[in-house]
Amino acid sequence: MKWVLKRLSQIQIPRIPIVPRVVVLLAWLLGLCLIAFVLWFAMHGQTVDVLQTRGEIGNRQRDLLVFASLLAVVVLMPVYIMLFVFAWRYKEGHHRKYTPKWDGNKRYETIWWSVPILIVSVLAVITWVTSHSLDPYKPLASDKKPLQVQVIALDWKWLFIYPEYQIASVNELQIPVNRPVEFTITSDAPMNSFWIPQLGGQIYAMSGMQTKLHLIADEPGEYRGMSANISGEGFADMHFKTYAESQTDFNQWIDKVHGYENTRDLDMSSYSHLAEPGTSVVQYYHLQDQQLFYNVMMKYMGHSIGREQTSEMTNMEYSN
Amino acid sequence: MTDVKNTVAPALEDESQKPSIFGFWLYLMTDTVLFASLFATFIVLRGRTAGGVSGEEIFSLPYVFIETLILLISSFVAGLALFTARARRKALTISLLLVTGLLGLAFLAMEIHEFRTLVTEGHGWGTSAFLSSYFTLVGTHGLHILIGLIWLGVSIMFILQRGFTDRFLTRLTMWSMFWHFLDVIWIGIFTIVYLVGIV
Amino acid sequence: MEFFANLLGRMDLSYFWHGWVQFGAQLTLIGAVVLVIGLLTYFKKWKWLWREWLTTQDAKRIGVMYIIVAVGMLLRGASDALMLRLQQALASGNSEGFISSDHFQQIFTAHGTIMIFFVAMGLMFGLINLVLPLMIGSRDVAFPTLNSTSFYLFLAGVVLTNLSLIYGEFGSAGWLAYPPLSELAYSPGPGIDYWLWSIQIAGVGSLLSGINFLVTILKHRAKGMTLMKMPVFVWSVLGAMILVVFAFPILTGTLFMLSLDRSMGMHFFTSDFGGNPMMYINLIWAWGHPEVYILILPAFGLFGEVVATFSRKRLFGYKSMVWALMAITVLSYTVWLHHFFTMGAGGNVNAFFGIMTMIIAVPTGVKVFNWLFTMYRGKISFASPMWWFMAFVATFALGGATGVLLSIPAIDFQVHNSLFLVAHFHNVIVGGVVFGYFAGLTYWFPKIFGFRLHERLGKAAVTLWTSGFLLAFIPLYILGLLGATRRLDHYDPSLGWQPLFIVSGIGALLIGLGIVVQLAQVVYSIWKRRQLRDTTGDPWDGRTLEWSVPSPAPHYNFARLPIVSTRDAWYEAKHGGNQVFSGEYKDIELPRNTGFGVYVGILSVLFGFGFIWHLWWLVLLSSVALIYVIIRRTYDENITYVIPAADVERLDTRKAAI
Repeated sequence: MKWVLKRLSQIQIPRIPIVPRVVVLLAWLLGLCLIAFVLWFAMHGQTVDVLQTRGEIGNRQRDLLVFASLLAVVVLMPVYIMLFVFAWRYKEGHHRKYTPKWDGNKRYETIWWSVPILIVSVLAVITWVTSHSLDPYKPLASDKKPLQVQVIALDWKWLFIYPEYQIASVNELQIPVNRPVEFTITSDAPMNSFWIPQLGGQIYAMSGMQTKLHLIADEPGEYRGMSANISGEGFADMHFKTYAESQTDFNQWIDKVHGYENTRDLDMSSYSHLAEPGTSVVQYYHLQDQQLFYNVMMKYMGHSIGREQTSEMTNMEYSN
Repeated sequence: MTDVKNTVAPALEDESQKPSIFGFWLYLMTDTVLFASLFATFIVLRGRTAGGVSGEEIFSLPYVFIETLILLISSFVAGLALFTARARRKALTISLLLVTGLLGLAFLAMEIHEFRTLVTEGHGWGTSAFLSSYFTLVGTHGLHILIGLIWLGVSIMFILQRGFTDRFLTRLTMWSMFWHFLDVIWIGIFTIVYLVGIV
Repeated sequence: MEFFANLLGRMDLSYFWHGWVQFGAQLTLIGAVVLVIGLLTYFKKWKWLWREWLTTQDAKRIGVMYIIVAVGMLLRGASDALMLRLQQALASGNSEGFISSDHFQQIFTAHGTIMIFFVAMGLMFGLINLVLPLMIGSRDVAFPTLNSTSFYLFLAGVVLTNLSLIYGEFGSAGWLAYPPLSELAYSPGPGIDYWLWSIQIAGVGSLLSGINFLVTILKHRAKGMTLMKMPVFVWSVLGAMILVVFAFPILTGTLFMLSLDRSMGMHFFTSDFGGNPMMYINLIWAWGHPEVYILILPAFGLFGEVVATFSRKRLFGYKSMVWALMAITVLSYTVWLHHFFTMGAGGNVNAFFGIMTMIIAVPTGVKVFNWLFTMYRGKISFASPMWWFMAFVATFALGGATGVLLSIPAIDFQVHNSLFLVAHFHNVIVGGVVFGYFAGLTYWFPKIFGFRLHERLGKAAVTLWTSGFLLAFIPLYILGLLGATRRLDHYDPSLGWQPLFIVSGIGALLIGLGIVVQLAQVVYSIWKRRQLRDTTGDPWDGRTLEWSVPSPAPHYNFARLPIVSTRDAWYEAKHGGNQVFSGEYKDIELPRNTGFGVYVGILSVLFGFGFIWHLWWLVLLSSVALIYVIIRRTYDENITYVIPAADVERLDTRKAAI
């Protein structure tokens, strides 16, 4: 042991080289350019879901994001400029004006209390207005009747129920373009978040209660949807495709689902089979039980119904 | 009594300036925040009986009123005990502390009895969110009472063995603050859980 | 037989084996512990360790222990991060990567928990312990034994977290374990319980520290140091500790309720029987948001000291700084709902919390401008703490800006739970908290150890951290906009995310390299400590009282207690102002070492372990033992010792100094 220590102390540690400041600066600039290039290359050809939106809600959220980002850049610019200019100018040895006891200036401080307040006030107004105009619960203005879709987040798949059309689908959502869609969302699993970025923002799916989301697609296309909140082991596979298409195509799809030989019946019994934990491929169902969505929700809402009914419901669940 | 007051008053002022007493005030404040989160949860969950019993069906106001009286009296006696301790009157202090302790025990026994009755009648803490939050809020207060009683027992032992040292008197002040604090929390429980629950 | 089976609770041999990746981690951890024990035994250092360190009541040494533990946990948290990055760089399409979904989820839960509770909190309390008493001209904190107990509660949390790696599993529901996922129905294993009890115990430690430092600041300041003459770091700690005292009880209560759900079958946050998971989410963020400011405020404060010192200029706008700090302290309680705008609370509620959130940008912005104008017309020397400051402003400003974006609910709907959010909070926590504490460590290192850290290696670390940070997190911002959600252990290759994940992984590697360079920096500096020795006690031409004593600071801090008449008291004294030390030497009364904290720590580990594995006898035994240890302590009358005035005078090497 002594020997090892002695040996260790004899090792010559290499001198650490001094790198000139200009080289460091150039390396930084080069590095930043390189990063920018690599990132641009990596992004090339990808769909930027949040920016390349295809629905009114998504578009308005994107515009807001872009506007606020530009505002942020305007605010950040002076900070970065001052940071580097001051650092350079007032570096020791540069012999600039030096005022060691200067520790305040009412006028300057008033400026940087009031300018941020002004900017935040503007943002606050925008926030207030958009929080209401883009409230996910707010129905969209349209001459068409919104399509009702009931969404149930399951372990780990999405069930979409179309009560008007008596069908349901798993991990596939088809909607007509230019017609508002009213999603009523609940969960029969841990909390999930229902999100189709190209159409607009997300909302949580929680058991025993329903949340609402109003979206609309402006263009036909295939949009990715997913759960954005962790809900257990299979969470990464909890995504689905959204197909926006013309009303005729949509109607055809409904007919197809009805006529499709693999389409099964959906009632509480086949539902409880479906609800077992596991991921799933796309599946279609005939909706047999119009109340299914509410029953799924109600089974967690013991507090609003009598004890007898709860036990009845539990029996029903386990009898399958 | 006037004698006691004259010698005690300046000491009291000093005491409140002590960092340890100030620190204990802060501790009590954090405990208040802890209870506040339990109260908030109780208020949110009180209606969620999951088809089980609600407050009106299980609470008995006279019973709780007696509990409240017992705790209030014990708090009063604890205050007296602190005065006599500062006057270093050993026998009197010990007997007052014993009375406080017995009243505290009686309170605790009544609470345990109430809990037992509820559980045996099938209204355990696992029955509904309301009962979970009820048992937890009241039970946490009960746990504090238990700790206060242990502390009290240790204090009595300490007086018997070592008498009134300065550090002990500071600790006794803290204990009495703790005991009064539990009183205040109980008033909250009495009002929010029982009174509002029944009325 | 059944009796013995009950004694073992739900313990089971199968909890040792999880797969080869975990086996590697288990081996590493056990190997590290065995190595430390072996070295201590070989060099016969156990007694030294116990007397000089484990039982110490000296805040500076407790601070050092906090920092050692925090750095150890930083290594673990960073390894977790590298594994996450590697998995996401690999697991595209058919490749499942190298770890399972469940393991991946445990890793990100551990990463978040460890980085916040055991790295950031550890570094924060470590730094505060190191310098706060010195800065306010006090010999110690208000309650030294409580201080050491807090440390051991923190350590108990660390021990439990790491124990989960060897025996059992860790939580897999994210670092805040939202129910109902964290409830028995969906997570029946011991993982969530490990998570729960680790942070429950550590949290109680933090709470006690909060009380301790609050009393220290308010009651133990040097004569003449009025509130408005306190160094700005002390103000920032005051703000942070007010937050601790009001926020941590909420965490304690919330975790208490979750543990009751899990161990007693209660229904606070379950989906059925009337439980309300949303209540948990509200409560946990009512703690969680202030927690973020608990971490960042001391960093803000210490940058105030760093910028003023290295610009050789008074801090610009001291009063503005204090007001800004206090404004942030108060406002941070009014914004918690912005963590779940997407719960659908409605326009009015969301808008209110959004606006409150962006209001915090105002005082924060004011602080940035005040720092910049402290540099303006200064004489800036770019030592490595100043490099950290530059890196901090450059990155933190970006994080602040994306924070304002997120505070607008309508935008939040589109980026919440995405990697954009992940990039944002790493942006503020790495750029703000981590860079801040590293600046503080470099700045105050000589005061504690008597020699400086090697400068160029420090600057190399700043460079690696900053460039690594940009490479790791700018791609995450972009991925968020591409619609990538957080916490995915694999994804579809057609999404084209893989290149960005690879870039991000390279960034993480650079950060890892930065950490290696920092370790090398410490080792190299120890090696070269003679050249780097600080003989003056004031290596940076400091402004505040900690630089008025020799380095390393004596265990009693001040031979004579300072008397203060201005801000920057030491700087003014050096430049012809009022002297800070005068008058007679007096006896110094100091707390005697005690193992009380150690015992409390050990018993807390047993208590937590009992709860995790349902060993109710252990829970009961350790509680009784805990009560016994506390009672025993109250009987201990011999708790201080005195250094006679004559000895103090003899020891005072700085007698001739100002």
